[in-house]
Amino acid sequence: MQNKKELQKEQILRMSGVNPRKCMRCGKCSGTCPSYDEMEYHPHQFVYMVETGDLEPLMNSDSLYKCLSCFACVDRCPRNVEPAKLIEALRLTVIREKGKNHLKSDDIPALLDDEMPQQAIVSAMRKYSK
Amino acid sequence: MQMNEYKPLIVAFCCNWCSYAGADLAGNNRLSYPADVKIIRVPCSCRVNPMFILRAFQKGADGVIICGCHPGDCHYTSGNYYTRRRMALLFSMLEFLGIERERTRVEWVSAAEGAKFAETMNDFAETVAALGENKRLEDLRCKK
Amino acid sequence: MQRIGVFVCHCGTNIAGTVDVKAVAEALKFEPGVVVSTDYQYMCSQAGQEMIKEAIIENKLTGIVVCSCSPRMHEATFRKTAAAAGLNPYMVEIANIREQCSWVHKDIPTGTEKAIILGKAAIAKVNLNAPLTPGESPVTKRALVIGGGIAGIQTALDIADAGFPVDIVETKPTIGGKMAQLDKTFPTLDCAACILTPKMVDVATNDKIRIFSYSEVSEVNGFVGNFDVTIKRRARYVKEDICTGCGLCTEKCPQKKVPNEFNLNMDNRRAIYIPFAQAVPKVATIDPESCTMLKTGKCGVCSKVCTVGAIDYNAKDEFITEKYGAIVVATGFNPISMDKFDEYAYSQSKDVITSLELERLMNAAGPTGGTLLRPSDGEHPHTIVFVQCVGSRCDSCAEKGKEYCSKICCMYTAKHAMLIRDKYPDTDVYVFYIDVRTPGKNFDEFYRRAVEEYGVHYIKGMVGKVSPEGGKLKVRASDLIDGKQLNIDADLVVLAAAIEPDKSARPLATMLTASMDTNDFFTEAHPKLRPVESPTAGVYLSGTCQGPKDIPETVSQAGAAASMVIALLCKDKLTGNPCVAHSDEMMCNGCSTCEKVCPYGAITYIDKEFRMPDRTTKVRRVAQVNEAVCQGCGACTVACMSGAMDLKGFTNKQIFAEVDAICK
Repeated sequence: MQNKKELQKEQILRMSGVNPRKCMRCGKCSGTCPSYDEMEYHPHQFVYMVETGDLEPLMNSDSLYKCLSCFACVDRCPRNVEPAKLIEALRLTVIREKGKNHLKSDDIPALLDDEMPQQAIVSAMRKYSK
Repeated sequence: MQMNEYKPLIVAFCCNWCSYAGADLAGNNRLSYPADVKIIRVPCSCRVNPMFILRAFQKGADGVIICGCHPGDCHYTSGNYYTRRRMALLFSMLEFLGIERERTRVEWVSAAEGAKFAETMNDFAETVAALGENKRLEDLRCKK
Repeated sequence: MQRIGVFVCHCGTNIAGTVDVKAVAEALKFEPGVVVSTDYQYMCSQAGQEMIKEAIIENKLTGIVVCSCSPRMHEATFRKTAAAAGLNPYMVEIANIREQCSWVHKDIPTGTEKAIILGKAAIAKVNLNAPLTPGESPVTKRALVIGGGIAGIQTALDIADAGFPVDIVETKPTIGGKMAQLDKTFPTLDCAACILTPKMVDVATNDKIRIFSYSEVSEVNGFVGNFDVTIKRRARYVKEDICTGCGLCTEKCPQKKVPNEFNLNMDNRRAIYIPFAQAVPKVATIDPESCTMLKTGKCGVCSKVCTVGAIDYNAKDEFITEKYGAIVVATGFNPISMDKFDEYAYSQSKDVITSLELERLMNAAGPTGGTLLRPSDGEHPHTIVFVQCVGSRCDSCAEKGKEYCSKICCMYTAKHAMLIRDKYPDTDVYVFYIDVRTPGKNFDEFYRRAVEEYGVHYIKGMVGKVSPEGGKLKVRASDLIDGKQLNIDADLVVLAAAIEPDKSARPLATMLTASMDTNDFFTEAHPKLRPVESPTAGVYLSGTCQGPKDIPETVSQAGAAASMVIALLCKDKLTGNPCVAHSDEMMCNGCSTCEKVCPYGAITYIDKEFRMPDRTTKVRRVAQVNEAVCQGCGACTVACMSGAMDLKGFTNKQIFAEVDAICK
């Protein structure tokens, strides 16, 4: 379990290219965030909690989807930490875990109906048979 | 194998301000390292001419190590940067000539790092001993 | 052939415990050149030294090798001994058989064997030693201080106090620097002018000190003890020796709309001006950018009103060259530009100001006469927000801002907050901080007083955005401890801008061949033990040109720099290190490589005439080493392609001989 968490953190950091250790905890990201009041966890908390490996609450929180990706925090962070990119990576991780993009090619026939264009079926086969 | 009998010959160039003082400190703290290491004092690591190293290998040295101040701490402000570049170049050339990379080393040892000096020398002597005698560049005319 | 004496020391049992000293002395007896080889209990003792002296005289020795402790320990001792016996001190070599042999090895055979090899290497080296004499150079007993802020003023006063003449070069029309612009100083809250202006007067009245104001250094040649400096005296169009500083011209000048840089452009001055009332020298200056007479040739009011005839519209820049023994750099700092911090709306609203601007707004001699008024509408501000660390502590790859902590902002913000709450108790003062850093005597107490006694709201968090709306400034910030986002309607926002070295520092460092760090601060010779010396001999550092500093620290560094200068100027002659680089002119091919690697600028190229075998002469470009500047690192010797450059005392041949002796 511990290992999976570590792996997930590693993956998030690699996807976002963010190094949360650069954060000096000034809170300028949260000071600048336009959807601060909508959020349960705030941008600086995202950075801090990813650094401490506390990913569960973040991934279960609605705050992920409250981020507008306006990149104000990225622009203004004095230490170039880029919190929005981190949130984006968390969002992606959640989506990947839900598996929306991971149909098996065997699942496709069950989803077919008569009105589906031929082209869509071919591209679906192409995409999911890998 | 005659590994136990074999004693490598190691030449260490130490800059006067940091590494030579570090070696002195290792002595003051009685930290032992192999007697195979012989130290030559130079004012700065950048005084070490690549020719000196070639000469050492020619005369039968088995390993050469250059010690200087940490980058940024050079007594002469920038000498160790020259060393770093020069030696990177020289070592890759030596490797091309068949002198294993492990036989040459540049290490930063400050005047306060007696323990690091001893540790480095122990490790280097061990590495060189494992490689065995260096015959590649040895000039046989130098042999008596 | 040398006649070498070898002296092996027992050092009690320190060496003799693991090295068979008798065997070493015996083994070294038959090395080339050795005529006498002996051992003794303690070579460094009086008796041991006497023994060496006698041996030198008796055997007519030309070189000695002492096998003893580290040369860092007793090389100087044995050199003195040799000199006392009439031998050149540089004919002494030490074989380090204590720290690097007996103390690190456990058994006698290995120790002895290594000691013999180390002894052989030293003998091989001394065989090739040549007598060296350290060069001497005279010292010009005058110092130059570049920069006339508090650092430069204090340095100059201290040097002059010791009786040496000092010149101060200042780019502004007056000395005083940043401190002259400040209102009060922390942590005592005494007014800056009250403690600075008497010092400025001291400078003006001290007959050892000359002030070159409105001037800059344009060229530096020479080396420690013998600098030749060219100073450019910019034309101020007012004869400095005649002007009485009455100020009549500055009242009558019709050109009234020139931004006043002393008040950070918050009000206007005339085209002819005296920066402030206590200026030193108190002389008017015409700003050629805005003077109608100088631009169009029509006006001449100042010349008409001047009762002493000091105005000279035809003045030209003058260059003077002076000799100096030592140079002190005190170029100081500036707040960084706020242009890149648009989130704080500095360029959009007049009510967003920097801390230095606030100093002027609170100063009795400032544009508002000391009453704190909003620059936009002249109203009293009721809510004031201070933002700390604007441009300080940024990431190294961030385009805006600096990586370092500017050090003084925490304290001056506490000072400002305190002063405002004291004078206008109805004001709400918020300070947004990341960390409050207050190391220093009475500094943390001062900050606590701002919080506890004066009720300044310190909030941990940063301001994210300032937007001007309807005459107010909407400040959005986070409160990290409460976990809230704050929206404050402020009347005034004060930015604690990071400080950076003055722009003139970089070209000056090039002229002085003094090294700088990536932030353009001058580097000191040693970060702990030689903090006021530049690695370049004869160049000293004072104040913020070396790193961010507050006034107490600047003054103590200024005093330290002055004492270093005095120590240098007290000497009649400088004795150099004789182990310096030397170029063989016959071998030098004039490639300039050595000139480029030299960290001290000690190598210059000259055209020299050589006599050819066929009796013609030929001019060749050859390297020349200035022995007074060369520190003997040897970087050039390795860079030299033709092998012309060598280092005395550590020549190529000597080191080859050592290598050969070790690898035998």
